[in-house]
Amino acid sequence: MQAVLTLTRSTVGQKVVVAVTGVILFGFVIGHLAGNLLLFVGPEAFNAYAAGIKGNPPLLWGTRVTLLVSVVLHVTFTMQLARRNATARARGYQKPRKDQITTYAARTMILSGPLLFAYILFHIAHFTAPGLDLGGTFHPENVYANVVNGFRTWWVSAIYIFANFLLGLHLFHGGWSAAQSIGAQSPKYDALKKQVAVGLAVFVSAGNIFIPIAVLTQLIGSADQLARAQAAFETEAVTEAATGAEEE
Amino acid sequence: MSDDTIDLRLHVWRQRGPGDEGRFADYSKYAKRISTHASFLEMLDVVNERLAADGERPIAFDHDCREGICGMCGAVINGVPHGHRTLTTTCQLHMREFQNGAEVFVEPFRATAFPVIEDLMVDRSSFDTIVQAGGYVSVRTGAAPDANEIPVPKQIADRAMDAAACIGCGACVAACPNASASLFLSAKLAHLNLLPQGQPERYRRTRAMLAAHDDAGFGGCTNHRECEAACPKGISTDFIARMNRDVIVASLTDKDGNLI
Amino acid sequence: MELDARCPTGDIEKRWDRHRFELKLVNPANKRKFEVIVVGTGLAGAAAAATLGELGYKVKAFCYQDSPRRAHSIAAQGGINAAKNYQNDGDSVFRLFYDTVKGGDFRARESNVYRLAQVSVNIIDQAVAQGVPFAREYGGLLDNRSFGGAQVSRTFYARGQTGQQLLLGAYSALSRMIAAGKVDMYNRHEMLDVIVDDGRARGIVTRDLVSGKIEAWTADAVCLCTGGYGNVFFLSTNAMGCNVTASWRAHKRGALFANPCYTQIHPTCIPPAGEYQSKLTLMSESLRNDGRVWVPKSASDSGKDPRSVPEKERDYFLERMYPAFGNLVPRDIASRAAKRMCDDGLGVGPMVGDKRLGVYLDFADAIKRDGKKIILEKYGNLFEMYQRITGDDPCEVPMRIYPASHYTMGGLWVDYDLMSTIDGLFVLGEANFSDHGANRLGASALMQGLADGYFVIPYTLGHYLATKGKNPLGADSTVAKSAVKEVEKGIAKLIDIGQKGSTHPDEIHRQLGTLMYDKCGMGRNAKGLKEGLALIPELRERFWKDVQILGSGGELNTMLEKAGRIADFLELAELMCHDALTRDESCGAHFREEHVQEDGEARRDDENFAHVAAWEHTGDHAAPKRHVEKLDFEYVKLSQRSYK
Ligand SMILES: Cc1cc2nc3c(=O)[nH]c(=O)nc-3n(C[C@H](O)[C@H](O)[C@H](O)COP(=O)(O)OP(=O)(O)OC[C@H]3O[C@@H](n4cnc5c(N)ncnc54)[C@H](O)[C@@H]3O)c2cc1C
Ligand code: HEM
Ligand code: SF4
Ligand code: FES
Repeated sequence: MQAVLTLTRSTVGQKVVVAVTGVILFGFVIGHLAGNLLLFVGPEAFNAYAAGIKGNPPLLWGTRVTLLVSVVLHVTFTMQLARRNATARARGYQKPRKDQITTYAARTMILSGPLLFAYILFHIAHFTAPGLDLGGTFHPENVYANVVNGFRTWWVSAIYIFANFLLGLHLFHGGWSAAQSIGAQSPKYDALKKQVAVGLAVFVSAGNIFIPIAVLTQLIGSADQLARAQAAFETEAVTEAATGAEEE
Repeated sequence: MSDDTIDLRLHVWRQRGPGDEGRFADYSKYAKRISTHASFLEMLDVVNERLAADGERPIAFDHDCREGICGMCGAVINGVPHGHRTLTTTCQLHMREFQNGAEVFVEPFRATAFPVIEDLMVDRSSFDTIVQAGGYVSVRTGAAPDANEIPVPKQIADRAMDAAACIGCGACVAACPNASASLFLSAKLAHLNLLPQGQPERYRRTRAMLAAHDDAGFGGCTNHRECEAACPKGISTDFIARMNRDVIVASLTDKDGNLI
Repeated sequence: MELDARCPTGDIEKRWDRHRFELKLVNPANKRKFEVIVVGTGLAGAAAAATLGELGYKVKAFCYQDSPRRAHSIAAQGGINAAKNYQNDGDSVFRLFYDTVKGGDFRARESNVYRLAQVSVNIIDQAVAQGVPFAREYGGLLDNRSFGGAQVSRTFYARGQTGQQLLLGAYSALSRMIAAGKVDMYNRHEMLDVIVDDGRARGIVTRDLVSGKIEAWTADAVCLCTGGYGNVFFLSTNAMGCNVTASWRAHKRGALFANPCYTQIHPTCIPPAGEYQSKLTLMSESLRNDGRVWVPKSASDSGKDPRSVPEKERDYFLERMYPAFGNLVPRDIASRAAKRMCDDGLGVGPMVGDKRLGVYLDFADAIKRDGKKIILEKYGNLFEMYQRITGDDPCEVPMRIYPASHYTMGGLWVDYDLMSTIDGLFVLGEANFSDHGANRLGASALMQGLADGYFVIPYTLGHYLATKGKNPLGADSTVAKSAVKEVEKGIAKLIDIGQKGSTHPDEIHRQLGTLMYDKCGMGRNAKGLKEGLALIPELRERFWKDVQILGSGGELNTMLEKAGRIADFLELAELMCHDALTRDESCGAHFREEHVQEDGEARRDDENFAHVAAWEHTGDHAAPKRHVEKLDFEYVKLSQRSYK
């Protein structure tokens, strides 16, 4: 019992939970980006990927639950820690303390985090549920079209670009920080660890930012591609209707 | 030599007690012709003698060894605990590090767990409380085996010594944006948790000292590493990672070492 | 009165064992009924408080710092001796005993020193078990070095922070007992008096340094572990707060003060740079292994850049005066030679007052010989420390060094059981006079403090308690109350004078220090000592007329703290001069210029002075009374030391 309390009540334990959930979320955003990069392969590949996920409920719901739990724990404990840390110096310095080596990213975790949270809500609302009709006709299965149509609206893209810049910041500190928090430290790999963490943060952030830019610059989402994507569903609808008719 | 002096625009935090609001006092007129060979505390001594000559209450500050080892001194000087020179305590900071005419603000270490006693003097007994919670090896006087019966690999002994070099000054807390004492705590833990002598009580110690740290009202670590930059003894934040590891093991095992 | 140390007799190897057997024991069930006060939490005090707590006594411990871990012991750098003979180089308990008696120039008690050497081995065991990270060899076993000119390697060390690590070890044991409720710790409390009634110590009176509250604490026995009085010289390597107050107040209550004139001056300290100088920093003596000590031959060169002084204009005075040992002569000899040079106007560095206080310690030749890299490997840390303080790089400009007061061998007189002449008042560590005679060898103060605290007092105190029983007088007894009143009166008097006074306490302390370095420092003579005895009362009078103290007694008041300590130093200083004057011989660190051998070495007078001089306080303005304890040397033959 005491052991569990150490994990959920102590400053270190809470930080460990934040780190573990952070790593899970980090892992997810990497995978998420990898999937999204299929946008560059073509509408068929991307929509097939989307359909593949939806067609696999255990994977879909497993991921969703894991993510939900992770986000809830991540947010709960970061907020608890933040509140605690705010009281640890009730009376602040009258002449501001000078930072020596901490980074902008580290100082702004408490801003980038909640903003990310808002963004995540928006992001889910946009593409998953209920699915916002932002700039085109929302089609629950033509994800490719939804992405392209969504990002065609400049302010939607701007939100995504900004949010992913924040994500980059969050992970710039978070990646290394998580390793430190769970005690993954050894003089031999420390330099490498930092490089990998920062590298992944840049990859995720830059990759995600590249997508709306690619849409805005017409690198992806040409009329032809959209038509192909749409066509796939139309034929599907036709065959569906046909088979439906047959059953009748 | 005699003309190696500087004038400072000196502002010192004055606070009569924990209940007092406190304020900066401008002591520029008392901080003229300060020898550059004097230490920071000797500068304060000089200011204090001049204040006393004017019938003003001297600035209260803690100090004892004045060689950078007892850990009693400490103030935030221009926003940096122990001043801007790295690996240096306040008592070892010398006035040659300051330009003539420099503006200098001196403030106490600030943390809820370090209440101000007066002026620059703060109460750091929370550090003692942390050690009392488990910062020892339970060995009775006279019960020890021959010293060489416990061989300790040199690298381990050296690493333990790196951690044990902590002087308990509290600059890490003062520097931390969260007023966390993680660096101090982790140094204390690493010293004993690394050595073979410390193994039997390792996880109990880790749990207990961490709990004492948290109870004292210190913040938690968010890996800014400001503590490491301020630490006069160069204690590394690697020890914090090591502590976190021990906390994880301590959280996942029970008193008998079984997985819970 | 001939003092009796109650040393056991017979075979020296068996004395302590037999004595321990003969000591009475306290019934384990009764231990928690006994209360013990321990003042001071340095090596001696922390070790004693922790061990007594473990044994089951109810302990109250006091220190003036904000934490017991900050006691002055923390500053010891070099190491701690123990007769482990791990190096197989011929060390033994007997050899350590022999070296210590001889090093003390035959002015210490054989029985005590032998016991010290015996328990030295247990100290290392204890410290290692506590987790003190001593230096190790690659095989994992303990490393040793040779220290302070010893012919064997018996010094254990933890980098340059041995004192810190040993103190942290003792502090951890103390913390464990505090957590267990066996020891109550009172930080930021200064002891200002001993409560004595009917010849027995009943407790102490303290002042809470934060609130100013004066309070009486009573117990069945009191242990003073309050360190040395080197700060009587104002500038010393001691921590700023080191004081004689606890010992002195005990002295005034009837404890004899032994050999106050035995003070050690360390040659390799960083010299004062100006009037504002508050303390001096010690640098390891090992520097003299490679550095060459010199001053310019002509005073006209003393203000110049040393690099511009040509070789033939330099006087390598230690090499000239002591060709065999050269720069490696013992501490006292090196110190005296350096002071002589400076007194003759040949000192170097900044003018402090009317003199330059410093001599060069030059590494240029060593760097030429071995290369900068090798020298930095050996002394890098010390060079850095020097540079941090002085701003000079010793690789470029010769270091400057000057001797400074470092350790005091004198202290309250104690018997073999470490009990003073007040019943139930025990004195441990540097505060007592016991084991180092007229000169302390390097790395043996830490050993003594821990020996007293861990391994001697637990036995001897038990015997005392078993014999004497409980002290019935509590904090509300009339004796305790009147002791509190007296202390309050003393403080009121100081505050009263202080409100009108105009001389800062530091100023008086500085003057006392200069006077003591001059008259009762490294070299002493009858004329100077008599001058000192005339000048000190004058200074004391000035103090009591004109010392300035702002604020009141009922609050944090650093000026009051200082003034109180200085008042006691002013009285001690006089006693030191009396002692130095009556000890009409040279021995160890006590160097009387009248008693010099042909070659400039100290000349002892064993016929008349092979004794301990212990002084009795006879009243505030009365001459102190001298008692002697004869010293017999059965195992170490009296001989003159020679370093030519
Ligand atoms: C720079 C330096 C280096 C040294 N290096 C070595 C070395 O390498 N090896 C070696 O063996 N020795 C060394 N010594 C000597 C050695 O450090 C000391 O002699 C020894 O540590 C003294 O220990 P102690 O426990 O007797 O007293 P201290 O450590 O001085 O402790 C005194 C305690 O008494 C308390 N106290 C004092 N007065 C009062 C009062 N009035 N009321 C309440 N509390 C009081 C203090 O708070 C403190 O806790 C060195 C000394 C110095 C100055
Ligand atoms: C895409 C989603 C997210 C990822 C990948 C992610 C990742 C991480 C990682 C790896 C850490 C470092 C953990 C540590 O050092 O212990 C971290 C810390 C943090 N996260 Fe997130 N996070 C995400 C979302 C959020 C959200 C939604 C919040 C909102 C409240 C948030 C708030 C924080 C805060 C405040 C910290 C700092 C904790 C600290 O250092 O004290 N994060 N995050
Ligand atoms: S870790 Fe460093 S800064 Fe913190 S208390 Fe120890 S020595 Fe001071
Ligand atoms: S006064 Fe001891 S470390 Fe500064």
